[in-house]
Amino acid sequence: MSIESPRAAAWKKLPLKERYALLTRDLDWEPSYIDREQLYPFTRYEGIKVHDWDGWQDPFRLTVDAYCKYQAEKDRRLYAVLDGFAQGQGHLTLSDASYLNSIKLFIQGVTPLEYAAHRHFAFLARHLEGPGPRFAALCQSIDELRHTQTQIHTISNYNKYYSGFHSWSKMHDRVWYLAIPKSFFDDAMSAGPFEFLIAISFSFEYLLTNLLFVPFMSGASFNGDTPTMSFGFSAQSDESRHMTLGLEAIKFLLEQDEDNVPIIQDWVDKWFWRAYRLSGLVAAMMDYMLPKPVMSWKEAFELYFEDQMLGGLFPDLDFYGIRPPRHVDDAIAEKEHLSHQVYKILHNFSSVAAFTTKTPDHVHLDWLSEQYPGTFDIYYRPTWEKHQRIEAGGGRMFVRGLPQQCQVCQLAISFTEQDDRRKISFRRSEFRGETFHTCSDGCKWIFDREPEKYVQAWLPVHQILKGDCGGPAIPDVLAWYGIQTGDNGEYNGSPDEQFWRAWHDPSLRHGE
Amino acid sequence: MNAAHRQVSIDVQESEENRVLIEAIEADNPAVTIRHLPGLIKLQAPGQIVINRESVEERLGHEWETGEFQLAIVSYTGNISEWDDDQIIVKWEH
Repeated sequence: MSIESPRAAAWKKLPLKERYALLTRDLDWEPSYIDREQLYPFTRYEGIKVHDWDGWQDPFRLTVDAYCKYQAEKDRRLYAVLDGFAQGQGHLTLSDASYLNSIKLFIQGVTPLEYAAHRHFAFLARHLEGPGPRFAALCQSIDELRHTQTQIHTISNYNKYYSGFHSWSKMHDRVWYLAIPKSFFDDAMSAGPFEFLIAISFSFEYLLTNLLFVPFMSGASFNGDTPTMSFGFSAQSDESRHMTLGLEAIKFLLEQDEDNVPIIQDWVDKWFWRAYRLSGLVAAMMDYMLPKPVMSWKEAFELYFEDQMLGGLFPDLDFYGIRPPRHVDDAIAEKEHLSHQVYKILHNFSSVAAFTTKTPDHVHLDWLSEQYPGTFDIYYRPTWEKHQRIEAGGGRMFVRGLPQQCQVCQLAISFTEQDDRRKISFRRSEFRGETFHTCSDGCKWIFDREPEKYVQAWLPVHQILKGDCGGPAIPDVLAWYGIQTGDNGEYNGSPDEQFWRAWHDPSLRHGE
Repeated sequence: MNAAHRQVSIDVQESEENRVLIEAIEADNPAVTIRHLPGLIKLQAPGQIVINRESVEERLGHEWETGEFQLAIVSYTGNISEWDDDQIIVKWEH
């Protein structure tokens, strides 16, 4: 039995609202030696007008003590799962070793974004003018660091047994497909603080979080990866606070001044499309990389985006004069195609990636036919069956050339036109006498709006051709990427697949 | 569609402790529908979902702070319009 001091008991009795007011709002002060403009130099140049920072609400009403208490409990729960899984040789109970390719994509592509978010929210925690949003940003900054650490810790267990989990931080900065998430976040971090809030807190964390993160976690749960599921849900519990920050940010800015509305609409339009294009990688993962798929991309898109966001959120934002994102109809029209077109890129180029891919087998193709009844058999199944025939004859098709990349989203230009799903969608813009290529009307619109920004994009293919990626031949580039033999290529016959079979077949067991 | 009819949702982790929480939510929100997804439970209802501390405590048999809901929640759709010592309300505002 513990005895609380009378003071602690009295403290406890303070209602949540009062505690929040005292511990968060009342700790702020007005500067007297310098003016506000000097103290907060970044909150004016984007054209956003804020008249009353106290109008910012934090529904969570979080205080330092409550934050520490709940976060400590979350970590305790997570680390108990990690220990149990490692002690019980949990990696052997996954649905299949090929499942781990989705986790390679996660640690290479997503974990570094968590760290980038940690850094940028620390910046916002200093530079936003109100104590409410500053404290929310501070908590989020610490959350994001926790996510980075728990993800590295969780996934390091797989690094003991499987390929492709090393060097992910270096890969994130260099490898072609990781330029997609990296350039997305760099784009947000190099924007002003308000655009960053709409880009990351609203568009990424609220609008599309359920499509970007929850599929990884449900996939982990369904494929026996309890540690990833646990860090995922642990992170998502913070994420719901981040979602609140995103929604609060957009509502607050819209309420402050009518002049903010068109600026924010532009950002919503831009960042919806940026985040949607990024979600193409998740779509490919959901439909192709899970040995036991959970839900198709199309179904997830309908449930989480069309029903919940277009049906629920946007009518709410309509009150402030915000309409659904520009180009949203293009995303809807593409829902039967996105995952197939993106996975085709990954499958064709996994020879130069830090994961392996395989052609879906008949059972998997049947599932895809069922999920995409109107389109899969017409546009995509024949290609996979052709791959199957090539592989039955001992071959494996990889593309040896370098693809053209979109100047904005950095995906290979390989999406197709709405009115002709066999024709590659290809857009051109001219700027300062040069031609730039984009993959869609959405990306072209983004480029044309800020060409000065996007001409600076670090496009991996251009960099290879320029000679800045280790050398002219594929082995040189792979070495520079940090990719080792066995990390890449075809899954069947890969070290991961061979070890997995040996560990599960008693007749192949050796060296116990 | 007006705010009273549009769906709000709360996703919570599937766990022993959360089962009680879900029971309390079901009891206090008769219109709620439940969908099981791997590892999580998706609660949806038109207009709003309310979580009452008292209902949760009654079923848990011990004290429960609304702040503990942070340990259960995975995601949500809607707006957190109230979060005080006694209840949490997720709803659309407009």
